[in-house]
Amino acid sequence: MAAELHVELVAADRSVWSGEATLVIARTASGDIGVMPGHQPLLGVLESGPVTIRTSDGGTVVAAVHGGFVSFADDKLSLLAEIVELSDEIDVQRAERALERAKAETDAAAERRADVRLRAVAGVH
Amino acid sequence: MGAQLRVYKRRIRSVTATKKITKAMEMIAASRIVKAQRQVAASTPYASELTRAVTAVATGSKTKHALTTEVANPVRAAVLLITSDRGLAGGYSSNAIKAADKLTERLRSEGKEVMTYIIGRKGVSYYEFRERAVAQSWTGFTDSPTYADAKMVAAPLIEAVQQDTAEGGVDELHIVFTEFVSMMTQRPVDDRLLPLTLAGGGAEASDGAAAAKDEILPLYDFEPSAEGVLDALLPRYVESRIYNALLQSAASKHAATRRAMKSATDNAGELIKTLSRLANAARQAEITQEISEIVGGASAMADATAGSDR
Repeated sequence: MAAELHVELVAADRSVWSGEATLVIARTASGDIGVMPGHQPLLGVLESGPVTIRTSDGGTVVAAVHGGFVSFADDKLSLLAEIVELSDEIDVQRAERALERAKAETDAAAERRADVRLRAVAGVH
Repeated sequence: MGAQLRVYKRRIRSVTATKKITKAMEMIAASRIVKAQRQVAASTPYASELTRAVTAVATGSKTKHALTTEVANPVRAAVLLITSDRGLAGGYSSNAIKAADKLTERLRSEGKEVMTYIIGRKGVSYYEFRERAVAQSWTGFTDSPTYADAKMVAAPLIEAVQQDTAEGGVDELHIVFTEFVSMMTQRPVDDRLLPLTLAGGGAEASDGAAAAKDEILPLYDFEPSAEGVLDALLPRYVESRIYNALLQSAASKHAATRRAMKSATDNAGELIKTLSRLANAARQAEITQEISEIVGGASAMADATAGSDR
């Protein structure tokens, strides 16, 4: 049996996803980081970006995470963020509209948020 | 119908209408408690994970951070008081206010200047009426607070903590809210959020942090650095604690409303019972009087007829 790590994806007001995974890729302040079972205990600050979770049954869960933390110890990984959206919860048209509006208003933060959402849907890291 | 009886009937009608209203309010509050409790439960994973992470950084690293170290001579403290926007909740708001007063007095006796931040119209009007200084206040979201509300409240508080004390910043951050213990028990509590009290402190115990305390924490690798993590982590920690306090206060408020409305309904029932008895007695007295009048009239007639016969 391949080693697994337990993942808890938690937003401020709800628990978004939890389960077993073989690999988690997230974007920290100093670049993308991949965590596999047996990784050294880690506590990192997340950037706004997509998080990819490869579940132990071969599937992939992608979520857009806006700020937050990743903490890993004893093969338990928690991803904490104020706002977490799973890729299938994201309304693509709305995100596209938000992206255009943000570009028009040169609102960098909003543009980034919309961009992260769209990339999470596309599954592009 | 006699005047007395009419007055009783009118009062019974009015009390019955009041009872219907309080009964409805009781049921509304009861349904809201369940919702508020669910929200508290939903926010717990985030709060406990965050507390775990904060504990890990603060104990696992030798970093000295403005938000974790105790100042030798704290001169100013901020107190965040959470009350409700609306009344009809028994002693809910006044108990929280009393707890805040006690805390303020204690801090003053320790020689600290106290800045008060208030959430909820009840607390604001209490302070305004007494012409006490309020640093900042928020109203309008106490019944169903969202995370954005907590963020909005936390922002000026965090700013005040990070500011230098000489320029009007604060050294300590306290929060007074009403803890939701059970449907029947809600307790006003005061907690010190900052500086953190980690080892053996009671302040951490309220939100699932108790479990994290006995655990041996692993040696973390910090990304990008312990300071960087702490810088990002602590504001989130304060926000999440305030969010949790807001949710618990909302649940407590609904529970207090339910209880107050239940006793109002019970009292209305009692009143209706008493008034019905009085109305019955008045009606009976009226009937008795009518009978005695008729009997008296009849016998007077009989006497008169008997007299004319002779």
